[in-house]
Amino acid sequence: MEDKMEDREVIISVKNFTAAYGANVIIDNISFDVYKGEIFVILGGSGCGKSTVLKHMIGLYPPASGQIIIEGEDITAVEDEKKIGILKKIGVSYQSGALFGSMTALENIMLPMEEFTNITTDMRKLIAKMKLEIVGLKGSENKLPSELSGGMIKRVALARAMALDPEILFLDEPSAGLDPITSAELDQLIINLAKNLHITFVIVTHELASIYTIADRVIMLDKKVKKIVATGNPQYLRDNSKDPWVRQFFNREAEVQTAN
Amino acid sequence: MSANKPVSVNAELSYQKAPDGSIVVFLKGILNSDTITYFYKELTNLLKIEIPRKLTFNCKDITYCDTIGVSLFIKAAELARQNNYGYEITNLDKKYTQLLNLFHPDTQEAVGEVTIKETFIERPGEDSLILLADIKENITFIGQATIALLLSLLNPRKVRWKDVLVTSEKVGVNAFGIIALVNFLVGLVISFQSAIPLEKYGGTIFVADLLVLSTFRELGPLMTAIVVNGRSGSAFAAEIGTMKVNEEVDALTTMGLDPIKFLVVPKIIASLIMIPILTVFGNLFALIGGLVVMITLGFPPVAYLNEIVSAASYVDFLGGLFKSVFFAVIIAGVGCLEGLKTQKGPAAVGDSTTSAVVRGIILIILFDGIFGVLFYYLGI
Ligand SMILES: Nc1ncnc2c1ncn2[C@@H]1O[C@H](COP(=O)(O)OP(=O)(O)OP(=O)(O)O)[C@@H](O)[C@H]1O
Ligand SMILES: [Mg+2]
Repeated sequence: MEDKMEDREVIISVKNFTAAYGANVIIDNISFDVYKGEIFVILGGSGCGKSTVLKHMIGLYPPASGQIIIEGEDITAVEDEKKIGILKKIGVSYQSGALFGSMTALENIMLPMEEFTNITTDMRKLIAKMKLEIVGLKGSENKLPSELSGGMIKRVALARAMALDPEILFLDEPSAGLDPITSAELDQLIINLAKNLHITFVIVTHELASIYTIADRVIMLDKKVKKIVATGNPQYLRDNSKDPWVRQFFNREAEVQTAN
Repeated sequence: MSANKPVSVNAELSYQKAPDGSIVVFLKGILNSDTITYFYKELTNLLKIEIPRKLTFNCKDITYCDTIGVSLFIKAAELARQNNYGYEITNLDKKYTQLLNLFHPDTQEAVGEVTIKETFIERPGEDSLILLADIKENITFIGQATIALLLSLLNPRKVRWKDVLVTSEKVGVNAFGIIALVNFLVGLVISFQSAIPLEKYGGTIFVADLLVLSTFRELGPLMTAIVVNGRSGSAFAAEIGTMKVNEEVDALTTMGLDPIKFLVVPKIIASLIMIPILTVFGNLFALIGGLVVMITLGFPPVAYLNEIVSAASYVDFLGGLFKSVFFAVIIAGVGCLEGLKTQKGPAAVGDSTTSAVVRGIILIILFDGIFGVLFYYLGI
């Protein structure tokens, strides 16, 4: 699986990227590539900056330094029309869901189609319903976000991110708060879309079971050094990483305090 | 074949009719968000002309089909079922079949558009039930808040004085400028408007009498209360409402902290202290407004002051102050209650703020009227 990695087309390239909120540096000079059609997972302890990296990759915040190149365009440098062009190719679901509170689940999903396509209203409805069905929420079409549970909000957000069948999907903790069965179904959906439609996934997640099932490659961020401490296939890292912290993470062990 | 086909995009729909009434539709190219409208329109145009015995899609030339593209098949299945003819998909690439299989065949069943029609009998009945529940809720809240307030005052060490201080600053100190301005302008306008008719009777000096009585008894407390209600009543509702939405109020309850004691009591105490003080300042600035008018009309300040002192009594002044204490309770109470009643969702906070301001103003004016009648019969 790792053999042909070099032949694969790079879709996102992050180069010498530093992220900071004010003077508070969160990520210090990291570089990595994401290949087309792969499921790429960002890992790390809570508060280490995973969501921060994700939000910079979609151009929400300008990086303190460095470049983020999506399909040959530097998202940090482009503006207006070109930026919208890039944004149309990507879908994002946020950690908190970020559904529009005044719209029903169905309307939330129809919104991007209304804005960016000429699809007729009844087809938009049908497509939005289909998206809800694949995230297992058939029947919740007319519910407002305030009437949905946390896990349901997550899934509507995922359906909304997929509304336009984008080339790249950014998902911030999509399976947090879901039961194991729904979570496993979501994994199958992600694999299905990556394999059949060559959609690229950039996913932040902590679910180890899910990581082993879906991830082609992971990067692991560390809060102390503010850098990537491991890159590669998760099974491989679990068994072979030289860094004890990385092995602990993959084996779900508590940090060992060595006395000497 | 059709004008609405996207020129630059690779997509084409053609068909063949067999003598037995069945139709084979050939789909070619890309099926995605760019082409779905073309395919859909072509298909519906075709099916409008005649209803086939059987509809077959031949998909061997489809080069790409995403989930939006798949919606064409789902729609076609729905049409086939509605009109009772056979329906089949052939030669669809395995990977797109996997995508199609994500959907249950009856996805297309109408989403029950839930519009429950209420009859004109149900509606008023329901409304009065809601009104009753609302009144009950208000009375419960008044009871709880009174008990919490009394208990806190009996045991002042339990009060969160730091919150009282912070709220006092927001409600009182920060409102000082606008209270001064509004009352000054009202005093100015009232004096000016009344000076014109009074001048006809040669009694311009009585402007002072009119101003001081109307200010002390009515306008000072009322204007101050309305401004503070708009500023702080809404702020209370928004603050507590946001906490409610973020489940912070629930968190307080589960930690064993009474939200009323923790959030509401400091706000009521701060309002009780600050609003009467603001009213005193408001009165003062209204009189200064009158002074400006009188000076421009050629009266010496001393004459104005003497007239004021002889016209007004402590009773007028204290009566107004007494009302402002009530207004303080209304403003803080309504603001906090509306905040605590906030439902889920970001729009809910906006709703609570609006209803805090509206209900606050209505209650303030209502109580002002009640006090007016009461003072009249008590001879105050
Ligand atoms: N908008 C912001 N302004 C200032 N600091 C921020 C902001 N967002 C995040 N931070 C800080 O950046 C750091 C990384 O936050 P981030 O949300 O990226 O973490 P995370 O890895 O996604 O954590 P989690 O797994 O808990 O979601 C944290 O220390 C946080 O305090
Ligand atoms: Mg995060």
